[in-house]
Amino acid sequence: MTSPNVAAGCAAPDQSAPVPAHVDLNRETVLTGIVQNADGEPVGGAYVRLLDSTGEFTAEVVSSPEGVFRFFAAPGSWTLRALSRSGNGEVVVDATVGVNEVGLSVSPA
Amino acid sequence: MSRDTALVSADWAEQNLDTPGLVFVEVDEDTTAYDGGHIPGAIKIDWKKDLQDPVRRDFVNQEQFGALLSERGISNDDTVILYGGNNNWFAAYAYWYFKLYGHDQVKLLDGGRKKWELDARPYTKDVPVREKTSYSAQAPDLSIRAFRDEVVEAIGVKNLVDVRSPDEFAGRLLAPAHLPQEQSQRGGHIPTAISVPWSKAANEDGTFKSDDELAKIYGDAGLDGSKDTIAYCRIGERSSHTWFVLKELLGQQNVKNYDGSWTEYGSLIGVPIALGDEPGKA
Repeated sequence: MTSPNVAAGCAAPDQSAPVPAHVDLNRETVLTGIVQNADGEPVGGAYVRLLDSTGEFTAEVVSSPEGVFRFFAAPGSWTLRALSRSGNGEVVVDATVGVNEVGLSVSPA
Repeated sequence: MSRDTALVSADWAEQNLDTPGLVFVEVDEDTTAYDGGHIPGAIKIDWKKDLQDPVRRDFVNQEQFGALLSERGISNDDTVILYGGNNNWFAAYAYWYFKLYGHDQVKLLDGGRKKWELDARPYTKDVPVREKTSYSAQAPDLSIRAFRDEVVEAIGVKNLVDVRSPDEFAGRLLAPAHLPQEQSQRGGHIPTAISVPWSKAANEDGTFKSDDELAKIYGDAGLDGSKDTIAYCRIGERSSHTWFVLKELLGQQNVKNYDGSWTEYGSLIGVPIALGDEPGKA
């Protein structure tokens, strides 16, 4: 049994914290990265959502002040979409088990 | 209930921040968001610390709810405007508690924190001081709360609406995808439940879709308007969001939230479970 408190609810954990030590990276599929604006600056407070291969909403987190976001998903194709005051953006990712680093840029519509 | 009585817009809220008799309440599981900035005048309720019993696996009872609201300075006559992060999940859960304990004058802020932030509306770090009250909660209205035995009996009889993501419904994931997947309970869904993820009811900015769009979504998914309905998710907060849509926005009768949800059902011995994307048979 590992840290039951981590998953006791549905609120997003601190996005800037390192991946918790008990997370087994041989088993978990982690999608993580930084939201950046057109000038390459990190965008904190962006709403980042994970959509499955059919475009269905799966989860949403708010990026940390450093722009960092993270999801625990499963291997396969995912779309990451960000909404922010600096604009919106999205990227498609083919994820595998382990840590998948994803760049996500936003720009005004 | 209807949209006019159950929901307020961000514009309306911003114009009514100082209106007497209104109390803005931010509800979240993680209240660090409130501490970092909140709607001016709003107080906070911590879903876990304030609304869950510290010992029993249950939420606060009538006396505890009354004591909490008294301590926070909310009176029986106040109109409570709830909002929060996570697309108002926990605010919707709190809305359901307020209704359960007989507080009629309660509304949700459409879009919650997300809409407020994307609109660049004002936040403050000032924490308001409110005089204590002597709030009197009513006996719980169990016509909106479903328990496990009732859920098992509802298989193939009532509308069961599973509002989790498709991968959770099918049993491919055990929890929302922003959390590690270390839960030990079984995956899958309650047989005959239809899958209508809560997110279908919300626009991208967190506001609710129009009544016409909502009615079509649930109708197309196979919700039978002539039957009673039970909504569930994993821990009962996302299904509060859907309960709010069906009961408070669309005005359906006899809609219950099963707050035990999959965390309880998926750990029960001997109950039927369906796997995969189809509802399955009774």
